[in-house]
Formats: sequence, structure tokens, C-alpha cells
Amino acid sequence: MFKEDFPVIFEHSQPGRIGYSLPTLDVPEVAIELDERYVRQQDAQLPEVSELQIMRHYTALSKRNHGVDSGFYPLGSCTMKYNPKINEDVVRLTGFSHIHPLQSEETVQGALELMYDLQTSLEEITGMDTVTLQPAAGAHGEWTGLMMIRAFHEKNGDHHRTKVIVPDSAHGTNPASATVAGFESVTVKSDERGLVDLEDLKRVVDENTAALMLTNPNTLGLFEEHIVEMAQIVHDAGGRLYYDGANLNAVLGYARPGDMGFDVVHLNLHKTFTGPHGGGGPGSGPVGVSKELAPFLPKPILKKENDVYVFEHERPDSIGRVKPYFGNFGINVRAYTYIRTMGPEGIRKVSEYAVLNANYMMRQLQQDFDLPFTQHCKHEFVLSGKRQKKLGVRTLDMAKRLLDFGYHPPTTYFPLNVEEALMIEPTETESKETLDEFIVAMKQIAQEAKQQPEKVQEAPHTTVVGRMDETTAARKPILRYRKENQE
Amino acid sequence: MSFRYLPMTDKDKQDMLDSIGVSSTDELFEDIPETVRFQGELNIKPAKSEPALMKELSAMASKNANTKEYVSFLGAGVYDHYIPSIVDHVISRSEFYTAYTPYQPEISQGELQAIFEFQTMISELTGMEVANSSMYDGGTSLAEAVTLSAGVTKKKKILVSKTIHPQSLQVIYTYAKGQNLEVIEIAAKDGLTDLDALEKQLDEETASVVIQYPNFYGQIEPLAEVQERMAKQKKAMFIVSSNPLALGYLTPPGEFGADIVVGDTQVFGIPAQFGGPHCGYFATTKKLMRKVPGRLVGETKDEQGRRGYVLTLQAREQHIRRDKATSNICSNQALNALATSVALSALGKEGLKEMAYQNMQKARYAFQSLQQAGFKVTFTGPFFNEVVVQCPASVSAINQSLYEKGYIGGYDLASVDPQLEGCMLLAVTELRTKEEIDGFIKELGDVHV
Repeated sequence: MFKEDFPVIFEHSQPGRIGYSLPTLDVPEVAIELDERYVRQQDAQLPEVSELQIMRHYTALSKRNHGVDSGFYPLGSCTMKYNPKINEDVVRLTGFSHIHPLQSEETVQGALELMYDLQTSLEEITGMDTVTLQPAAGAHGEWTGLMMIRAFHEKNGDHHRTKVIVPDSAHGTNPASATVAGFESVTVKSDERGLVDLEDLKRVVDENTAALMLTNPNTLGLFEEHIVEMAQIVHDAGGRLYYDGANLNAVLGYARPGDMGFDVVHLNLHKTFTGPHGGGGPGSGPVGVSKELAPFLPKPILKKENDVYVFEHERPDSIGRVKPYFGNFGINVRAYTYIRTMGPEGIRKVSEYAVLNANYMMRQLQQDFDLPFTQHCKHEFVLSGKRQKKLGVRTLDMAKRLLDFGYHPPTTYFPLNVEEALMIEPTETESKETLDEFIVAMKQIAQEAKQQPEKVQEAPHTTVVGRMDETTAARKPILRYRKENQE
Repeated sequence: MSFRYLPMTDKDKQDMLDSIGVSSTDELFEDIPETVRFQGELNIKPAKSEPALMKELSAMASKNANTKEYVSFLGAGVYDHYIPSIVDHVISRSEFYTAYTPYQPEISQGELQAIFEFQTMISELTGMEVANSSMYDGGTSLAEAVTLSAGVTKKKKILVSKTIHPQSLQVIYTYAKGQNLEVIEIAAKDGLTDLDALEKQLDEETASVVIQYPNFYGQIEPLAEVQERMAKQKKAMFIVSSNPLALGYLTPPGEFGADIVVGDTQVFGIPAQFGGPHCGYFATTKKLMRKVPGRLVGETKDEQGRRGYVLTLQAREQHIRRDKATSNICSNQALNALATSVALSALGKEGLKEMAYQNMQKARYAFQSLQQAGFKVTFTGPFFNEVVVQCPASVSAINQSLYEKGYIGGYDLASVDPQLEGCMLLAVTELRTKEEIDGFIKELGDVHV
């Protein structure tokens, strides 16, 4: 271990220390009848540490981590908004946290009521006929939705509909979900305004089209203003429209995917509805569908009959189960608490301010960086670091330099159709002071790129570790701790 | 109306509109075609104050029978275990729970290292060389293992034991449909996988064999014998789904030649919370390391030689491979993986063994007490912490009666296998006291339905 290395939990371990308090075994012990081949001989090498050591270890780790509560987090496409604290209290109520998914329905009516009311609220917010809460995350919801579209076409005898159209600006999960659902993906190009090229869409749509997957506003933060024509083109060819809800934070109460002509929608409750993100998860990815696709929803379906909540299991056209039990209930409880906190007026204001904040920042920064698309944006916008690249300063360098200012940088090098992209999503929960401070930092970095490029190129200067050697990490992967491997 | 999560004042708003050069926020939404612009107000419930909402939701929560007030013998994949108090204190640190995926390693060392430690613990438990950063849950992790096996072997036939969790089996079917895989169920015999039936189905078209250890009925599948039967088809992958707590006592699947070991770490530090979020794990061999779905954290050094961690081998993942990806997984269950790491740190080497041992002892006490009380116990092979008992009437009727006495009874197996009509699957964890077990068995004997 290098003297400056931060210890792993295993390095605090000493034989004989404990950090647990199990109940005393109060039943008479019997010999365990088991072939010795099945009795573990080599102990799992878990740490032996005291409770305080554990708490100090993880507290120290938490200090080496940046969350929304630590500082501004304008990570485009991820909607890093404030995570309300009441959500955390509600989910920890014993009647929500300690209930078993296989209990009889009569004993969990409160949980079912919450789920049903959440479903209904999401149906209203998205303008869809029915919502399922089963999918565990956004990508899981995408795949669930596509499997339903596939089942729908197959039910109609349209087995030849094997193609899913995806814009070149789409999230990577879109084509990946299409592949995992057994489709082939076809790319449709963007035009000079950053929107789906209608002519190219007409060219790629044909009798084999199963669906068009679209994020609206798209990953450039731009509203696809030809959405009505696009829906018409796809529907006329017999395809269905899939809405990736990653960017729903832009249009809550302003536009609903159902009204735009979408047939299937997934939501990211951990983004739009304050999940939280948890350092990478858990998320929750409910899917809403139009009436014609409802028979294909994953089963079971939650229904209300005579004021009693029940699951319906007999669903002959269902695609089946996509997850054990009923989805990530704990995340759904948080989302529900948030929706109830905001109400209809608050929910609409979320998008009003998310869009106002993004446009304000975009106009403040457009002199210092290249702005490839100049129309009003929605909840996020994409700058290009092309100008700085000519000075030898990459977007990566600018992102690292932002760390010195205490910010999490924007999303970089995405979407793929913008060179040296910097994708900024401020969210509605940030104050104007925070936005202004960030703008100042960005302008300073733009100046530094001209005057002291090495200061940016060598960043970060203030973090607990510097830039990591990712090449060696991938070439000679060390994916677990081994005592004997430490010098 | 003002909202506590929205900090902009009217003055801020006006200043910003002026700076943008528009007169109202509505102008910023004019790119939404008028025909699809939403008019009016969403028909959802009005906003509530924090105290009023807390009161309403507390009342809603209290309508549910929870396993802290009722004595629960319900398991079947989700268990009521000891959760060290420290777990919730650690995962409540908002530097962890309000962070995104650790894409910027310089300010994410905390999360990255926590995941690296989780990977290490899972490798240790399962006896495998590599473990990823987590999956949605045990069921989807198993389904991903199945699709991985088909992708690697380029074969389509999957042999799945009927003794796996029935909902995991359903999830496998859904995933298999996406990839056009053929799922063949291997019959059960006396609560265990029928190995002769397995051997008969095993051929050169087989991509993988799926076994749960301990299985859905709590029985310990003889992995050594499965391994022997599989020897004739070396290319077929051996996938084992395992309750990781049981591996505190049982020989890990890695020692029986498993290629992929999956399961759910809900048993370590994660409350049942009505079925999710839990936390899937995914462990495999070094050979399959570059095929693993989901995120992997690797150790490396920074420019000054300091040890640190990064997300690595990302060329496997959807955001790089796009339509060539074999899995579309993006988010994982990082916060629950953290909960598991903390619980496993607290339990440590000795606590893990003791907890597993207590489960086995308590379940054996229940097994013997049931027999002494005149009940027939359906399966009599070696088991972990679950027992199947035959009831004198329908399980749902009995559970209703038990519920009135303060118990949450076991899982009704009639829904899994019609031959198990009247059979109840009971889980007996370290949290069930002798008194509770005695009381439950007495009530079970006294039930008149």
C-alpha cells in the first residue's frame, strides 16, 4: 500500500473484531445432515471490523463523493434535481419498508392504493391509457415497451416488422434495447436544426417498420416540432411511436406524449420524479401505453374493483413478467410523495423553471462557446468545445477543470452528432445565484483556454485524486481486492 | 403559489426573461405545436403541505400489515433478516444517494471504492473470480445470465430446473422471447431437480443449465452431481442462482464449476419493501469477464501513483456498443449494493457464518416441531432455511386464520405446482424466536377452516 493510498475496508480488518449483534440462538442445536462436499471449507474473506470503524470508513468515502447535496450537478440528460427529504422519510415508514410482496392483497391495501394512485397520476401526466410500474429502470422500460410493440405486431400477423428507427442523437440504450428485444435498429439523421430530418424519416420508414423511438425534447434539448407529421408518417406505415421519457422534465403540464401521438412511453422516476439516483441506481421505469397496446402489458395488472385493489393475472396477450414482484416500490413511493407535494400547478412550474434556467444559461454562454443550434432550448442545451479544441483544450479538459470549482461537469461527448459536446441541464431546483456562479466559472475556463491552456489541460488540481490511468485499468483489470496483490 | 423546491423569485424570473430577450416563459414553449400543447390543468391531486402529506401517507402505510408487527414466516425469495442499524445511517449520507453513476472518478472515489468492495465481497461469497457492480434484482440477473450464455455459446436451448423461483422462471421466458431462445423446463422430483431428466435433455444445442441453490423449496441441490452430469457437454454453461446468505455455510457454486452465479442480496441489509428495489448480483469467471452485463469498477492509479478506482471495460456497455450490445442495462442498484456492503462489513467473516448457521438451526427446529405436532413435511432432503409443510386445508384459508392471530403465514405452493395443493412454504430466519415458532405451529394445528 502506497502511503497516500486510501484504505479499503479489508485493510482495517483484524481477526476477532466484530460489528454485528445477532440474536442468541434459542433453539436446541442439532447436527446438520449434509454431505460434507456441501459444507463450506474456506471462509469468505469478509472484513472483521468494529461498528465505529465501519462508520468512519464509509463517512470518509462519502466525503470522496459528489452528490446533488454537495454542489451543482448540471449533468445533461440525467436531471440531477434536488432529492426531497420527506421522500426518504415516507419510504422508511414501517408499513412501506417492511411488507412482503407475496402477502395477500387484503393485507397490503395501503401499498396498492399508493401504486394505483401513482399509476393514475402518471397516466394523466403522460396522456396514456394505462401505466405499469413493473420495469426497474429506464432501459428496462424501453425493452418492456418494445417487447409490447413486438407482441402487438405479431398478434396482427405482422412478423415482418423487425425494424426500429432511432435518431442519430439517441441515447445508447435505445438501439441496445431494440437489439435485446429482437429488433434491428435503423438510424434516422438529424437536420441542420438538430431535429429529425423528415425527408430521411420518409426514406427509412417502410412496411418493415415496427417503431420509431424518440426522445422529445431530443438529446440536444430541442423540441421535435414536426412531431405531428412524424407521428403521421410512422402510423401511416403501420409502425408505432415510442417515447423515451428521459427528457420529460421539459414538458410537464405543457405537452403530453399521448397527445403528441405516442403509443408507448417510459418514464424515469429517478430523474423527473426525484428518485433519487443513488450513485447509479436503483431507478424505476414505468411504462404507459395507448388503449390498443394495453392487452400486452406485463402481468399482473393492478386494478381497482369496488374500492378494493386487486392484481389481475389472467392476461392472455401479456408479454409476461419483466421483473419479479411489482417493480421498484421504494422508488415509486418517493415519486408519489413528490407528485403529491407539487400538485398540478407545481408540476407545471417544474418544467417552466427547468426550461427558463436552461435558456438563461445558454444565452449567457453562447458568446464564449460554440452553440450549434440557436433556437430556444427546452430543459437542457448542448455547447460545442470546437473553438477551444483549436487552442489545444479539449472538452474533457474543461470538464476536469470544472471539478476545481466544486461542480460536477456537464455530460461530455454526447450526443454523438455534436463535436466536443458539452450537454448542460441545470434543472429547476437551482437558484439564480448558483447558475450565475457556474456561468462565471465557465467564462473563466474559456479565458484560460486562450491564456493559460495548460491550467485547463492539467486539471483537476484540487481533487483527492488526479486523472486516473484508465488504459491500464482496462488492459489489466483488477476487479476485486486481494491482500497479496498490495505491495 | 410558491414551492419549497423551486427557488426562483419573481424578480429572478424577470431578470432572466430580460436576459434571454423574451417577455414570458410561454414564449420558450412556442416550438410545441399548438395542436398538441396541453391546455388547462393536469387532473392530479392538489399539492399538500409537508405535515399534511406525512399524515396522509403514514395512514396509508399503516393500512399494510408489516412484518415488524406481524410474525412472518413468509419467504419464497424475499426474507425478513437482521439489518444492522448502521446500514441505514450509511446509505442516508446524501453524498451517496444524491450522486449519479460515478462517471467522473476524481469526485466519485467514494462510490467507486464502495462498489469495488462490493464486487470483492460477492466474489468471495460465490467463489467466482469476477463480480459486477449489481443488477436490478435476482430474477433479471438470472435472465441476463441466460441471454449471456446464448450469446457466448451461439446456442439457443436453455435448460431450466423447475425448482427455481417461479417468478424468475417467468422473467426468463420474457427475456428468452426477445432473443428467440428455447426454454425447456426440467422436472422436479422430491423437491429437487430430476437429474436424469436433465441429462436426457442436455445435448450439443444446449446453451446453459440453470439451477437454484438452495432451490425455491429450500432444498440444497447437489451441485457436484449436476457438474458430473454436465461433463458430457463441456460447452453448455452452468448457471447457478444462489441465496448469498446460504453461502455463508454452503460450499460456493464456484467450487462446482459454475460459469455464472447470480442472485439477490436483499438478505444483506435491504428491507423487503414490497418486492423492490432489491439488488441483483452477477458473478462469473475471468474468461467471461469481457462479456459481463452492467458496470464494472476496476482499481488503477492516478498520475501521482495513488490508488484509485474507475468504471472500466466500458466497451461492453450499451452507451458504447449501441445496437451491438448484448445487454441494454444502464442503471444498476448502487445504493442497495452499498447497503449490502455495509451489512456484510458489519456481519464480517464470523457474523456471516453465524447468521447462516442460525437460519439452518431455526429451520431445523421448525421442521422437527412440525413433525412432532403431526404435520407432514413434504420434502426431507437437506435444506437451508425453508420447509414445505402440508396443511389440512387450503393455504389461503389457513393464512387468513393465522393472520387474525398475528401471523403472516407461508407461501401457497398450489400456484406453482398443482401437485403441491395444500402445501405451504415456510421461511424461518434468525429473527424468528423459539416462542414465535412454537406459537405458530400451535396455531397451525388449531386452525379450523
